Amino acid sequence: MSKNDSGYIKRPLPQKFLNLGLALLAVGLALGIIAYIVDPQRASFSYLTSFMFLISLGVGSLFLVSLEYLAGAVWSTPFRRISEFFAGTIPYLIIISIPLLFTMHDLFHWTHSAVVNSDAVLKGKESYLNIPFFVVRNVIIFLIWTLFYYLITIRSRKQDETGDQALTGTNIKLSTGFIFIFSITITISGVDWMMSLEPHWYSTIFGVYYFSGTVWCAFAALTLAVVLLREKGYLVPGLKNDHYYSLGTMMFAFTAFWGYIAFSQYMLIWYADLPEETSWFFHRWEGGWMYASIILIIVHFIVPFFALLSFPAKTNPKRLKFVAVWILAAHFFDLYWLIMPGMEQAGRAYYFSWMDLVFPVAMVGFVMVIFRMMTNKYNLMPVKDPKLQRGLDYSL
Amino acid sequence: MDRTDKLFGITALFDNPDSIINAAKKVVGEGYKKFDVNTPYPLHGMDSAMGLKNSKLGFVTLFFGFSGTAFILLFMYWSMSIDYPMVIGGKPYFALPAFIPITFEFTVLLAALSTVFGMIIAFFNLPFNDHPLHDTAYMKRVSVDRYGLVILADDLLFEENKVRELFLSLGAIEVEKIYYPEKVTYPVFDAKFITFLIIVAAAVSALTYFTLNKFMYMVPYNWMSEQDKVIPQEKSVFFADKFGMREPVEGTVARGFIPYPYMGIAEPKEYLINPVLPTRESIALGKRKFLTFCSPCHGNQADGDSRLRGQFPSPPSLHTQRAIDFPDGRIYHVITNGQNAMPSYAAQVTREERWSIVNYIRVLQRSKNATDEDIKEIKKESSSNVQK
Repeated sequence: MSKNDSGYIKRPLPQKFLNLGLALLAVGLALGIIAYIVDPQRASFSYLTSFMFLISLGVGSLFLVSLEYLAGAVWSTPFRRISEFFAGTIPYLIIISIPLLFTMHDLFHWTHSAVVNSDAVLKGKESYLNIPFFVVRNVIIFLIWTLFYYLITIRSRKQDETGDQALTGTNIKLSTGFIFIFSITITISGVDWMMSLEPHWYSTIFGVYYFSGTVWCAFAALTLAVVLLREKGYLVPGLKNDHYYSLGTMMFAFTAFWGYIAFSQYMLIWYADLPEETSWFFHRWEGGWMYASIILIIVHFIVPFFALLSFPAKTNPKRLKFVAVWILAAHFFDLYWLIMPGMEQAGRAYYFSWMDLVFPVAMVGFVMVIFRMMTNKYNLMPVKDPKLQRGLDYSL
Repeated sequence: MDRTDKLFGITALFDNPDSIINAAKKVVGEGYKKFDVNTPYPLHGMDSAMGLKNSKLGFVTLFFGFSGTAFILLFMYWSMSIDYPMVIGGKPYFALPAFIPITFEFTVLLAALSTVFGMIIAFFNLPFNDHPLHDTAYMKRVSVDRYGLVILADDLLFEENKVRELFLSLGAIEVEKIYYPEKVTYPVFDAKFITFLIIVAAAVSALTYFTLNKFMYMVPYNWMSEQDKVIPQEKSVFFADKFGMREPVEGTVARGFIPYPYMGIAEPKEYLINPVLPTRESIALGKRKFLTFCSPCHGNQADGDSRLRGQFPSPPSLHTQRAIDFPDGRIYHVITNGQNAMPSYAAQVTREERWSIVNYIRVLQRSKNATDEDIKEIKKESSSNVQK
């Protein structure tokens, strides 16, 4: 079955796609630089939101790739390469994080030594929350992610040429390591970049909360790409709507998972009613944030849940396309809701700014450019993967 | 099972999943409507090969799931907010976040049960004891290692030879005719037998009930959880007024208890005289008790600056000339009896402690209104302390 008999013909995405991506990236970056000149603190909060979204997308996609290897999933094999392409953003994370490292004083309350010295709680957390350790551990995390990205994808691509089945075996072992490391590193990322914006507050479920959004976002991006690419005929003609079923199911499952985790976090804090824990939710309930919190429940849980509830909805390309875009937007809104109220801790009042729209534009452009680069170089399908034929034969 | 000579249908056995899916597609293509497929395990792609539409079972699940949500929310609203409202953990009566886990569980429970029972009863028509395919060689094979297809005789296109040829052309390894079974009457379902069962069940239940609960009733060992003593709030069978909790006999005083003669009188004509000397120990005790019981409203220095920050009416300062002029007994009376919004503290602070609080209040009043001579005195004392 390892012969290239899937009927896949390599065809890179059109130049127009690249031009559009470059245009978005250029406009976003130019306006982003203006934003940093006008108000570096406000801009860095917007930048952080988009940065966290990129981590969600890239690392979440690599998680999907390794999950497929580890679980021996067959249905997702025809789509694995697309997740690998999205994971192609991982090596750039370390460069993208540089502006954030320069604006740490604007973002993080705990970076000011005067504040820490006059605050017993922050003093106690100082051994973890200090600038050198923060920078070092996050750089190491980016490097680990990059390393695993290359280790896994290089073998996956090599198989396209050699068809060597042993490469799948090696990748299964690598994936085992990655899943373990992923669980720790994604928690540290969530805690470091988002939870520490309000350093007095803590929630032990926060890492899982961020993880649930991460995987949700990665599945949505994968679904959107698969549906659009198949519509334009870039994938093999043998793909059926049946193949979408598991994508729809996984998006549905992670909608429910997020609801479960988010509610668990809320209910325990609500029930215990301890001032040092409830403050975080109060910051998200004061002023206009109350509406944002209610909208988050509707946008992040209720709408996708009912949109994907029925059996036909999970295989309907139109519905999936809509829900995938919705989910990507909802995940961005979730991150926005997590990050922006932290501004108060940094000593300024929140207001909506045009900057919040600038960085997502640059981010979308960036992902498009990376995606197009990848399709130029590599096959859109793992053509000699031993599981591919079984994946293509899949039907409900 | 005995068979009649009425034809039910023709079965065919296939030996691999691909050929059965192919066969199902062909049978649909030939235009047959009444046919069925039996396989030892579910096959991917069979639904579409057989041209089956999506099951309506999902709607049963949805309906009962939502019914569960609505029922349990209303039930918790009724039981926790209307029928037996109880404050738990300082939460509102209708504490929605606390109810969500139960709502979720009940929704899932009802949805799952309705799915299983809806499937078995409404969609499978079970129990179906005399299906013609039961007890045939065909059924034995398809529940082990073969894939079977049956076309029913009441299909409009059914013609014995054509069906047989179709099966053989599809690669069937065995083709067999199945006849309807003889109508079997099951003695278990006989009306007389069922009536007999019901009567026996009722009689045995009644007999058991009366034997165990009436004739041979024995108190089970209850680990002393039930005792003959009267517990608080319990009804007494001994006293004529049925009160388990007794009032003291009129005109008596409990041992060690000194009654306060002006209890319940707002402005008594005379007051007690302070029996507790303002010793260092008494003032220290008074200070401790004052800070515990008095300061939440009166403030640590008795300035009337409540720590409750206006959530409760602040009492007046104890440093007014009026309060300074109060006799000790008057202050003791306020603590013991209460005054205006202030309740009696007789239950919280003992008699001696109350007098000590009075002594401490005197200390506070003196210190707030210290004269020059007092200060000289203190300086003298503290300097003499230093010399020591």
